[in-house]
Amino acid sequence: MEKMSRVTTALGSSTISGRTMFCHLDAPANAISVCRDATQVVVAGRNIFKIYGLEEEQFVEKLNLRVGRKPSLNFSCADVMWHQMEENLLATAATNGAVVTWNLGKPSRNKQDQLFTEHKRTVNKVCFHPTEVYMLLSGSQDGYMKCFDLRKKESVSTFSGQSESVRDVQFSMKDYFTFAASFENGNVQLWDIRRPDRYERMFTAHTGPVFCCDWHPDDRGWLATGGRDKMVKVWDMTTNRAKEIYCVQTIASVARVKWRPERKWHLATCSMMVDHNIYVWDIRRPFIPFATFEEHKDVTTGIVWRHQHDPYFLLSGSKDSTLYQHMFKDASRPVDRANPEGLCFGLFGDLAFAAKESLISGDANRKPYPGGDRRYPIFFFKKPDLTEQFAHVSSALSVFESSLESKRMDWFVKTARLYLLSGKPFAELCDHNAKVAKELNRPQVSTTWTMLRIMFSDPANLSTPGPNHIGKLGTLPLMNSFSMKEMGMGTESRLDRSKGESRQDNIHLDLGNSLINNICPNAENEETEGSEGQAEYMFGDAELDDDDLYSMEHDNQAEEQEYTLPQEAFPLRHEIMDNPLAPEHLQQDKADSPQASGNEAEVMCLTPIESFSLISISQPLFSPHLPAPFFCPVVREMLSHYAEQGDVQMAVSVLIVLGDRIRKEIDDLTQEHWYMSYIDLLQRFELWNVSNEVIKLSTCSAITCLNQTSTTLHVNCSNCKRPMSNRGWICDRCHQCASVCAVCHHVVKGLFVWCQGCSHGGHLEHVKNWLKSSSHCPAGCGHLCEYT
Amino acid sequence: MMEQGVEIPQALASGPSAFIPAQVILDEGPDQEVLIEAFLSLGRFDHITMVMALHPTYLSCFLRTQHALLELDGPLPRPWRHYIVVMAAARHQCSYLVQQHSAGFLEVGGEESWLEGLQHTHPKIRCLHTLNKLLAHRPWLITQQHIQVRHTHTHTHTHTHTHTHTHTHTHTHTHTHTHTQVYINGRPPPLLQELVCPGADDRWSLAELIHAVVLMTHSHSLSSFVWGCGLHPEPDHIGGHAFCPPSPSNNMPQSPHSPAPEDGKPEDGVTEVEALMKRMVELQQQVEECSQEEMITRFERERSESIPTAVVRGAPSDLVLRLVEDPEFIYEDFSIRGEQSPPTMRAQDYSWEDHGFSLVNRLLPDMGQLLEEKFQVVCGLTYNRMAMHKDVDTHTLRKALWNYIHCLYGIRYDDYDYGEVNVLLERGLKMFVKTVACHPEQTTDRIYSAYWRLFRHSEKVHVNLLLMEARLQAALLYTLRAVTRYMT
Repeated sequence: MEKMSRVTTALGSSTISGRTMFCHLDAPANAISVCRDATQVVVAGRNIFKIYGLEEEQFVEKLNLRVGRKPSLNFSCADVMWHQMEENLLATAATNGAVVTWNLGKPSRNKQDQLFTEHKRTVNKVCFHPTEVYMLLSGSQDGYMKCFDLRKKESVSTFSGQSESVRDVQFSMKDYFTFAASFENGNVQLWDIRRPDRYERMFTAHTGPVFCCDWHPDDRGWLATGGRDKMVKVWDMTTNRAKEIYCVQTIASVARVKWRPERKWHLATCSMMVDHNIYVWDIRRPFIPFATFEEHKDVTTGIVWRHQHDPYFLLSGSKDSTLYQHMFKDASRPVDRANPEGLCFGLFGDLAFAAKESLISGDANRKPYPGGDRRYPIFFFKKPDLTEQFAHVSSALSVFESSLESKRMDWFVKTARLYLLSGKPFAELCDHNAKVAKELNRPQVSTTWTMLRIMFSDPANLSTPGPNHIGKLGTLPLMNSFSMKEMGMGTESRLDRSKGESRQDNIHLDLGNSLINNICPNAENEETEGSEGQAEYMFGDAELDDDDLYSMEHDNQAEEQEYTLPQEAFPLRHEIMDNPLAPEHLQQDKADSPQASGNEAEVMCLTPIESFSLISISQPLFSPHLPAPFFCPVVREMLSHYAEQGDVQMAVSVLIVLGDRIRKEIDDLTQEHWYMSYIDLLQRFELWNVSNEVIKLSTCSAITCLNQTSTTLHVNCSNCKRPMSNRGWICDRCHQCASVCAVCHHVVKGLFVWCQGCSHGGHLEHVKNWLKSSSHCPAGCGHLCEYT
Repeated sequence: MMEQGVEIPQALASGPSAFIPAQVILDEGPDQEVLIEAFLSLGRFDHITMVMALHPTYLSCFLRTQHALLELDGPLPRPWRHYIVVMAAARHQCSYLVQQHSAGFLEVGGEESWLEGLQHTHPKIRCLHTLNKLLAHRPWLITQQHIQVRHTHTHTHTHTHTHTHTHTHTHTHTHTHTHTQVYINGRPPPLLQELVCPGADDRWSLAELIHAVVLMTHSHSLSSFVWGCGLHPEPDHIGGHAFCPPSPSNNMPQSPHSPAPEDGKPEDGVTEVEALMKRMVELQQQVEECSQEEMITRFERERSESIPTAVVRGAPSDLVLRLVEDPEFIYEDFSIRGEQSPPTMRAQDYSWEDHGFSLVNRLLPDMGQLLEEKFQVVCGLTYNRMAMHKDVDTHTLRKALWNYIHCLYGIRYDDYDYGEVNVLLERGLKMFVKTVACHPEQTTDRIYSAYWRLFRHSEKVHVNLLLMEARLQAALLYTLRAVTRYMT
């Protein structure tokens, strides 16, 4: 009676008070537990077993339960629990497999009450029944759970998990007979205490061990589990199948999880390794902890809420040999320090950016990005939830679309589709690809292809230059002063220089507006028609009708760029300096008119090429002086240049088309890297066929083997529906022939073709023939099959 | 070629192992698939694979781990990986692995001069020497203590001591200090802090360090396997071929002929097996109560039981020797209840499942998973048979072996009665286990054939596998614990 009244006082007045405080223990703690009236806490570990009183200002050691000169291993505790009904009763789980109960009411110094040594391995967890005084449950490394009646000398029932060790056992708070057990193999089992023969239900909760579980104190169906896979999951157990309703990803394996009293959505976790903090999560906000306690210097091993109806006091024990009382008001709130901003690129060059509303609107000078013509500021409002104590952040989401077709990576997709990489003579491939590039308005690339053809073709083939050159041949003057190698190099370098130049232009601009060039740095190939084209390209639709709608978010940078626009040809020149390809031409560059437009550069590089090819034609005897390998270093640099600028497509395509001509010049790792990047890009654009072709044509072993992975086709037996392991036509289990031809009724051992509609089928030839004469399914199911 | 005067080398050894007849390996050979897989991943079919193929489930996860360690993405460059394996294998004078990975090292572009000795290598690799030495012979010395002995001015070390010291050990902290310093005398103490201290160029990142540690432990334990199974050198190794046809009298260098068990009639063996089985059954039934002191005594007894292992063997070849510094540093027997017995590690305080895995996976993604799979496979491996008996639950026997090996390395399970080890493992077996785990280079055919005379060879290979993995895990646990403490 006296006990009862004390309990009600504690509950009714809820006058627990205190402050954040700690005390040093003599040894690392493994677990802690608190008595029902929240005035005392027990700390247990390998070398410690003590009770501390919780006072206003400090912890006071009340009792040392570890007595005797040479304490036995029974004192080496893995877990401890204080009974929530009977204040004198404690239970511990010992590392040597013993389950021990302690009676604080005993007059002697040694309070040990009962000793159960039934488990063969370490006992990981003990748990008292929440309402039954004499019922104790244990879970051990040996895979068994045992239920003890404390009035008897041995266990009353044993539950076999039929698997590896039990890591945690917890009685349900609401269902009298139910308990949950978590296992090292990732499973969680639900048991009825009356039925030791088999579990009620089992599900796989985590990959790797489930270290802990905890029933929600109010909601009867909710079970939280924490595992080595660094996740905390909340399961709804009321449905037929346990359903994962929330998942929190932490940064280290989860050692303990405890629901916060009086707060439906909150739970506290601590970690087994590396991370020493205690986190309190709002499970609806799984990305950032609601509150953090950062006091411990080594891993936290035990956490417990001081009172089962008070959410403001958390006790914790740690390997650093301290015991802490944390006050919720002293917790740090990570959300206050977080930056709620996000940025993401879309596949086709769109850019989405979300930032705190205040940040965006507060900056009155902001202007829209020049590259994006239409913008959609979207505001999401989450319904304010009063129970959620998270700071509300409203963000503005802006999506920047790139307007011009050219910017949208279409060129990449088209180029990938249209390029020919094999199957024709080298010269034709080059010409074809040059044409493709030209049609896509990418003259540099086109020219490169043409040059490659010229450089690597046999002189004889040169007499039939590609169709796109014939027209120009006549109009161009012959260069008389062609002086062999020197000039050859000059031509090359100059071509590259002009390429590099235009590229650098764009990089320069893009650094300013931080646009989408990470993905499509090659859009610059469009800017061929001189400065006008350039301007068009950059700011084509910048004059927005609805511009003023968003004026408050206009961007400074845009203005800057508008100002730099008129001089663009001039300041960009110096970027050439960075171009490693043409250092010896710097002098020449300076001599160049600073007003030289892109157009001029274009002409400059075109002229020598054409004349060169002309010379080759007119002087076929000259060719021995410029054998194909002569160009290899230059081509190699050209490829690296393309790749570095982001056009890995060009690099890989040329690599494949040139094949042995260039392969030895480039080291395998680089090649592999290019291939991987290109294949990755292709697959992102879902260009599966092209990607497969590239894989097939590549000569790197690491790439070609990509096509040899996951080539297994798993077949299930059509009778017993189980996987067939050995042969595809006969099932080992039911000994039936699984795939019978619907036409000839024999077993199909080779190609089996079947209708997607009715799933009947048979030998390819038979089905083909059948469907020539009939449109119905050969099996007679009435389905109208189609063979295409 | 003969006419051109080129000498054709001829393989010397018949079959992969000196202990196991080639016929056994062929007969009990595994199904094709694992072998095909192995051949595809290695490009050859080495003796290790052939012998391991007696246990195909293990072989496939072993090869996966080895492949990931040596070939797949990781923080260390590929030539370094092979070199680390080479220097680790050299500690156990395992010329098999030294040659195999020296070739691998050169193949992936390693500098040839490195193979002439540690002094020619990168300074960063030279730093590993002490760690390698400790891992190979006395991993229990790898603790935070060393670091703190060195850095007493910055840290108080009472806290860490309480971790390792338990009430069962009566010696004082100072004892441990002097003890460890005796070992390390005159050399820079290890390690971790030294190795991974940020700033200087030659420092190891934690990820690199873990990679190196896993490589070294892998190599040490594989050396145990190579010696324990008496593997012949590969035909392309030194000692694996000769240029003249083998003379009938002296046909196999280094491979003692395998005689039938010299003493004892088969009946003895039969009763031996049956007695063992009986003891196993008894152990599972009996519930013996004994005091804690008794349990501890039993552990200490097993740990310090003197089992003579020192068999003099010819000096290792120069090829191996030049890669070893301080060759006198070897496993040391624990004296019985002596003042100097080093601290035990409690398996419950730092286990692979709870702690090691998370750390490895954090620093070396996927490796934790691979190692765990390997441990699980090897611990669960059973065919439910013993010698000529079928349907036997060998769990207690396997557990005893595993725990005995961990015991030799000072790891103690609170919940295991080490009396079982004494009951189940006969002296010959203990001798084999201790030799192969602690002094693998001293393994001889005699030790191999002296225990379990009626058991199959595949069962003895099974013992070797257990041995190898238990050893690997023990060494890993000590290092990982030190790393964890470094991080906290």
